[in-house]
Amino acid sequence: MNLTRAFRDPELARGQLSSIIRSVAGLDRTITLMEVCGTHTMAIYQHGIRALLPPQIRLISGPGCPVCVTPVGYVDHAVALARRPDSVVATFGDMVRVPGSSSSLLREQALGAHIHIVYSPLDAVTYAQAHPEVEVVFLGVGFETTAPTVAGAVVVAQQKQLSNFSVLCSHKTMPGPMAALAGDPELQVDGYLCPAHVSAVIGADAYRPLVDNFHVPCVVTGFEPLDVLQGVAMLVQQVLSGSAKVEIQYSRVVKAAGNQKAQALLQQVFEPCDARWRGIGDLPQSGLRLRPAFAAFDAARKLTVSVEAPRESPGCLCGEILKGKVRPTDCPLFRNLCTPENPVGACMVSSEGTCAAEYKYGS
Amino acid sequence: MCLGVPMQVKSIADDVAVCEIDGVKREASLMMVDGIEVGDYVLIHAGFAIEKIDEDEALLTLQALRDALDLGLGVE
Repeated sequence: MNLTRAFRDPELARGQLSSIIRSVAGLDRTITLMEVCGTHTMAIYQHGIRALLPPQIRLISGPGCPVCVTPVGYVDHAVALARRPDSVVATFGDMVRVPGSSSSLLREQALGAHIHIVYSPLDAVTYAQAHPEVEVVFLGVGFETTAPTVAGAVVVAQQKQLSNFSVLCSHKTMPGPMAALAGDPELQVDGYLCPAHVSAVIGADAYRPLVDNFHVPCVVTGFEPLDVLQGVAMLVQQVLSGSAKVEIQYSRVVKAAGNQKAQALLQQVFEPCDARWRGIGDLPQSGLRLRPAFAAFDAARKLTVSVEAPRESPGCLCGEILKGKVRPTDCPLFRNLCTPENPVGACMVSSEGTCAAEYKYGS
Repeated sequence: MCLGVPMQVKSIADDVAVCEIDGVKREASLMMVDGIEVGDYVLIHAGFAIEKIDEDEALLTLQALRDALDLGLGVE
């Protein structure tokens, strides 16, 4: 069976949508649901789901685009590493065009730096093995979906005894910012569409503290249109009945306890650390750094470079957009100074950034 | 960045699976998953299988959506 096509069936989508519309008919309040993950944001735009939902249901985008929440100082650090004559910066494609304070990796590449775009962190390890004359720095950005793949690459590099592979680590972990936003009185989130693939790793039980401490319903939801509609329906049912529990819509992949092998890999290679989130600020223990046993693979410890003082682009509202407080169209730069060809903020760069999604699919 | 692609395992050698969807084939590490066999569906992210996809659960989810239709819950 083709699982992607099966979860895009228009007839079932129409049916689910009708039942959502019926469930809130006559309701004289707005139910605000936050889709935390950038891949949800893109799916919701791509399939036009926001426009299909009744006016009582408001979907807002959250801080789940890893590239978007990465602070500008990290990009500056990557730029400084790319300027080293014997460095190759290996990265997922999304990071290349993110503006730093005064440059980007794309600009450095045009100036002669060696930027190597990879599909998998393992490709960066293979590249390092084939090119012992250069230092390959992989940009470790992403949540718990991606972090285990980087942990796996570090373990492989250690097994191969590579001395020219390192990671500039800015991994972040997910439930922390959801708790920060759940406690924000300006937002009043009635329920969370919890990330699909982060949850495949950490498990649905990771959201129990949110439910217990903030009484906010959580539904772990897949990325296909039928998944999103069913996730919304499940959240609406919880909100209307006044309950708050963790449910799994995406049961074909996500379990309550998650993927314990991936968790063990994370534990082996990384330890929690305080982290800065663009738009949200400093959140204790919401990041991951390499454990001392893997210091030889930590680009920040291994390679000394001078990094410029970070400066955010003036006028850019990425920070407020990441908290769901404003929409891209509220930003004066949107579509004028800030476009996918010439992005000012990270939310316009990433393929799952809210501004990029609004630009591509918005009315 | 958290995009994952459901793919079917075609062959396995040394903890690396060759997986396929719609004629596209890719290698994926099985470092994070146990008990994967040829024919299984796995979720691929950044060159790793991050979880086995439970086909029975997928069918149950789709059936619940169909049941709602059959009961007339979805008909305007």
